[in-house]
Amino acid sequence: MIGIINYKAGNSHSVMNACKKIGVGCKYVARPEDFDGVTAVILPGVGSAKATLGSLRELGVLPRLEELVLKEKIPFLGICVGLQILFEHSEEDDVDCLGWIGGTVVEFDNRRVRVPQIGWNRLTWKKSDPVLAGLGESEFFYFVNSYYAKPADEADILAAADYDGEFCAMIRHGNIYASQCHIEKSGMVGLTFLKNFCEGGAASCSRID
Amino acid sequence: MLANRLIACFDVINGMVTKASQFQNNIDIEDAVTAAKRVYEMQIDELIFYDVTASAEKRPIDLNLVEAVGKEVFVPYTVGGGIRNLTDMYNVLKSGAEKISVDSMAVRNPEIIAQGAKEFGSQCIVLSMQVKRVGRSEKIPSGYEIAIDGARVFTGMDALEWARRGAGLGAGEVVVNSIDNDGTHHGYDLEITSLIADHLRIPVVASGGAGAMEHLYDVFTKTQASAGIISSMLYSPRLERNFTVREIKEYLHGRGVAIRPFIYR
Repeated sequence: MIGIINYKAGNSHSVMNACKKIGVGCKYVARPEDFDGVTAVILPGVGSAKATLGSLRELGVLPRLEELVLKEKIPFLGICVGLQILFEHSEEDDVDCLGWIGGTVVEFDNRRVRVPQIGWNRLTWKKSDPVLAGLGESEFFYFVNSYYAKPADEADILAAADYDGEFCAMIRHGNIYASQCHIEKSGMVGLTFLKNFCEGGAASCSRID
Repeated sequence: MLANRLIACFDVINGMVTKASQFQNNIDIEDAVTAAKRVYEMQIDELIFYDVTASAEKRPIDLNLVEAVGKEVFVPYTVGGGIRNLTDMYNVLKSGAEKISVDSMAVRNPEIIAQGAKEFGSQCIVLSMQVKRVGRSEKIPSGYEIAIDGARVFTGMDALEWARRGAGLGAGEVVVNSIDNDGTHHGYDLEITSLIADHLRIPVVASGGAGAMEHLYDVFTKTQASAGIISSMLYSPRLERNFTVREIKEYLHGRGVAIRPFIYR
């Protein structure tokens, strides 16, 4: 059972629609006890890191989530701001984040490119991974972001794209996956990625780690 | 690199997609959910729905429709028309849309742009503007005036000035709808699209007039627009022939325009 964290600022509804479309069992999670029976977690994201962290703290789900992801190592997928809050710090509102992954989140330079980045950008894969099964050598995914992550360890980068230079588009750090792009809104390639995570990828990463 | 976007736009009245010419003479095409699913399967990059009569009839947007579309469409979609306040915005986003388009209401109450951007993020707030070529004057230095309420009411506001103000208030994207070119199938108004795109640092979307694939080539090569809205080209019976998203994408790709490729599989 996939648990989709449902908080005020998120677009959990869209992620739920996508999970239903690919036929995986899923439910909303909004309280610590809702995690019972959950084998993998998706944290959807829209909006700012500060608001998202505030929402998650208000729900009181973070201790249970950290126990499941960091100790029990169940597969986790963060999307958009759900990627950004995993790092140590974000420039947006100068906020300290969860620090699950080393590195910081910084803003695109609007003197050089239009900010927010809105649209489809081409991803190139930085390592092979079971969640990429059935995808081409590079694929377009949908982005809406003004900020992006700079992981301390480049080995954490699963995919990169180019917007005023190469930036980190997806993360794989043990059992933790995260995507700056909206995989739930990236058409059939996004649904393929999501299906891989929910089925094969998630299963294999709990075996490896 | 970031691809230019093709956005399908649907004007919806009572759940039916309609097609107008210069904001008049609407004809019904098909039900909105069917239309949305069809263009999603054609691999459109994005969709926009305008509940065109919600505002005039002073009723909220049809959330059941927004929700039904979300079950069929796995690319981003924007919803506009009948948005009055933050609660309406919240309901639309929670029903599955990614973005909210504000138009006449934002002219009457510009602060709604700032409030929406603060609450939901700039990326959710699309400022849609109806622009009419009126000739340059002291009051209208760009030569284009903003109209509201289905292009029926003129505001005396300069289009470039309003676009800048909207961006400053926190809009994440601006849609420039040409009243003169809407429904003519003669191409986008490149002059105002270019002017606004050159002066803003957020994405600008060209709208109104696309009737041939060359029009998209022109807007992506002669202006800094990030996206072009197509509607007639996809489904209007008023056009001699309609186009598939695939042929438009392959045409643009063949002429060197950055576009998300059509996927065969």
